[in-house]
Amino acid sequence: MNTKNIMIVGVGGQGSLLASKLLGHLLLEQGYDVKVSEVHGMSQRGGSVITYVRYGTKVYSPVIDRGEADYIVSFELLEAARWLPFLRSDGQIVTNTQQIDPMPVITGAAVYPEDLTTKLKASGAKVDALDCLSLAEQAGSSKAVNLVLLGRLSHYFDLPMEAWMEAIEAIVPARFLEMNKRAFELGRNA
Amino acid sequence: MEQNSVQKPELMLGNKAVARGLYEAGVCFISSYPGTPSTEITEEAVKYDEIYCEWAPNEKVAMESAFGASLAGRRSFCAQKHVGLNVAADPLYTMSYTGVNAGMVIGVADDAGMHSSQNEQDSRHHAIAAKVPMLEPSDSAEALAFTKLAFDLSEQFDTPVLLKMCTRVAHSQSVVTCGERTVPDKPYVKDIGKYVMMPGNAKRRHPIVEARTKALIEYAETAPVNRIEMGGTSIGIITASTSYQYVKEVFGDSVSVLKLGMTNPLPEKLIRDFAAKVDKLYVVEELDPVIENHVRALGIAVTGKEMLPMVDEFSQNLIAEAFGRTCSSAFTLQDAIPPRPPVMCAGCPHRGMFYTLKKNNCTVLGDIGCYTLGAVPPLGAIEMTLCMGASIGALHGFNKVRGPESERKTVAVIGDSTFMHSGMTGLANVAYNQSNSTIIIVDNSITGMTGHQQNPTTGYNIKGDPAGKIDLEALCRAMGFERIRVVDPYNLEECDRVLKEELAADAPSIIISRRPCALLKYVKHNPPLTVNETKCVGCKSCMRIGCPAISMHGRKAHVDSTLCVGCNVCSQLCKVGAFESGHTDTVK
Repeated sequence: MNTKNIMIVGVGGQGSLLASKLLGHLLLEQGYDVKVSEVHGMSQRGGSVITYVRYGTKVYSPVIDRGEADYIVSFELLEAARWLPFLRSDGQIVTNTQQIDPMPVITGAAVYPEDLTTKLKASGAKVDALDCLSLAEQAGSSKAVNLVLLGRLSHYFDLPMEAWMEAIEAIVPARFLEMNKRAFELGRNA
Repeated sequence: MEQNSVQKPELMLGNKAVARGLYEAGVCFISSYPGTPSTEITEEAVKYDEIYCEWAPNEKVAMESAFGASLAGRRSFCAQKHVGLNVAADPLYTMSYTGVNAGMVIGVADDAGMHSSQNEQDSRHHAIAAKVPMLEPSDSAEALAFTKLAFDLSEQFDTPVLLKMCTRVAHSQSVVTCGERTVPDKPYVKDIGKYVMMPGNAKRRHPIVEARTKALIEYAETAPVNRIEMGGTSIGIITASTSYQYVKEVFGDSVSVLKLGMTNPLPEKLIRDFAAKVDKLYVVEELDPVIENHVRALGIAVTGKEMLPMVDEFSQNLIAEAFGRTCSSAFTLQDAIPPRPPVMCAGCPHRGMFYTLKKNNCTVLGDIGCYTLGAVPPLGAIEMTLCMGASIGALHGFNKVRGPESERKTVAVIGDSTFMHSGMTGLANVAYNQSNSTIIIVDNSITGMTGHQQNPTTGYNIKGDPAGKIDLEALCRAMGFERIRVVDPYNLEECDRVLKEELAADAPSIIISRRPCALLKYVKHNPPLTVNETKCVGCKSCMRIGCPAISMHGRKAHVDSTLCVGCNVCSQLCKVGAFESGHTDTVK
């Protein structure tokens, strides 16, 4: 199978590492070769953060380049827009509609573009936009946005629910398991 | 830790795979200083009870400690980032002469693309200059295998071996299969001629180093880690490390590849043979043209840095485009997308001190750590950052030539871990050569930027167990400083008053700005603040501290309750008292 590409993008501290870990586990269990590339260090401090998940028969590069992403999973709306050029022509965006102002917007040096969801759709890309923060809070914690997003992403994958649940159980700490499963299902069924 | 005899393939971070390799190679001693992207090697290794691990105060001490363990007959290791190897270069270059007793491997992680570094230096130059072999894995499976091989080579050729990682190998997960641990044990044997590097002995060791390099070149000619993958013969590419992965991604088997797992010393005959098999030869390597220059020196025509950049990291598109292919984006937006640079976290204890320094128009000479972000708008308070510990040395020189006009407004800012790393010697210079300098130690009680490692001032070791604790105030006093002040950076009035007093003082002084990192698990936070919109006049005073939790919604300030930790620095700037304490039932 040709290599498939999932980009997870967001703001440092939003929990994208757990999402990539879970996807890596899930896809390895499906028998694929997998590579996951993460960001550590300074970039994590509230900056734009990208994680790459690649899977297929044989994966070489650990990174995803412009025009290559089959899926962009975004924790924040501006980040979905930032990485749009990385989407393949038939790719799918799954994005949280939450907006977090970057420092240049906070200081007034730049403007957060308006109506980004509409503009993303108008670009011709397939966009699934969802208020994941509300769903996460409904599940029990604002920190569960990552599982809401993964639940939504699971919609586009031809994998049995049990495979996702097994991956969640393997990766999520036991004391947060029920809450995260709720978040996953809220995203999947939204 | 679980030890199955039959191991299942698993997804593993490159740095964790190195740690696994250290375990399987029977390593007994690891001493490191944290530095992105090398940190997780030691953090993963400490999970094996069989390996003694520690954070040393700096890379030089770490390497010397690992050398001592090797001398004593146990396999040892130290890890650092590329710039850390500069700090440890002194022992490295002479360990090349002494060689080792039990195997010793030095992990060095380069950061092409400068994801978290102050420069983009290429560590291969250290391998060449120190005349020690270097292995470069290109994924996690190789990271594990090359780590074990490095120890065998170290003992076979009596040399320390450099294991070079890069960000994309260190911080990528790929599939590995684990093996068993075996522990070699060598007795310590007194050998003054080999281990005491005074001129007479070193003169006898240098020819041994040169002979060893010749033997290593012979090894490199047929080493399994240097392999030819024949494909189409119109193009031949010599490559290494993560560049190999990009080349294979772009070309698959349509070109021939010489993949070098050992990048110092480089083979000669193997390269000649490969060059003879292809029509046109290329070298694809990140940063400096090290392999390319070697190929040219062999008199072989090659294309490299004419078409590939010397800066930044590579990717598959970059290589495809260099070879004339077109890579395009399917979608674009008209709007300008504002950048999102890293910022100090909400509740960061450094923020209050940098706000105070900016308010007092101070010239701030900075150092390496999270607080380097004090240079970013709107604080924009730091005017120099060079390397670990440089703030204090630079302040001393600055004040010596500018005198009182500078002494009253110029400060050094250095973190607790960086101070222990290499700030103490700068402080000794201030005390000894007497500049009227004001040094601010921003003590957040942890090594922050690299992800919370303990250090000699925290009172805990790498496992989190109680350890020796160096008292910063007592240390500064012992060095001869009489003016030592401690402030809470959440208290802006106190910071301002103490800073003014110490800048005006006629003697060198230390201000310790002390409060633990807001991300530490044991730190209890207040509930998030809220803005009373009827009180807020939209003056934006609170925006001057650059807190990511505060933004303007229309003409009113707004606090993001998912980010705010209730530090109350913003509310000290609000003249109308618009910030109100939050409620404890807020979802966090």
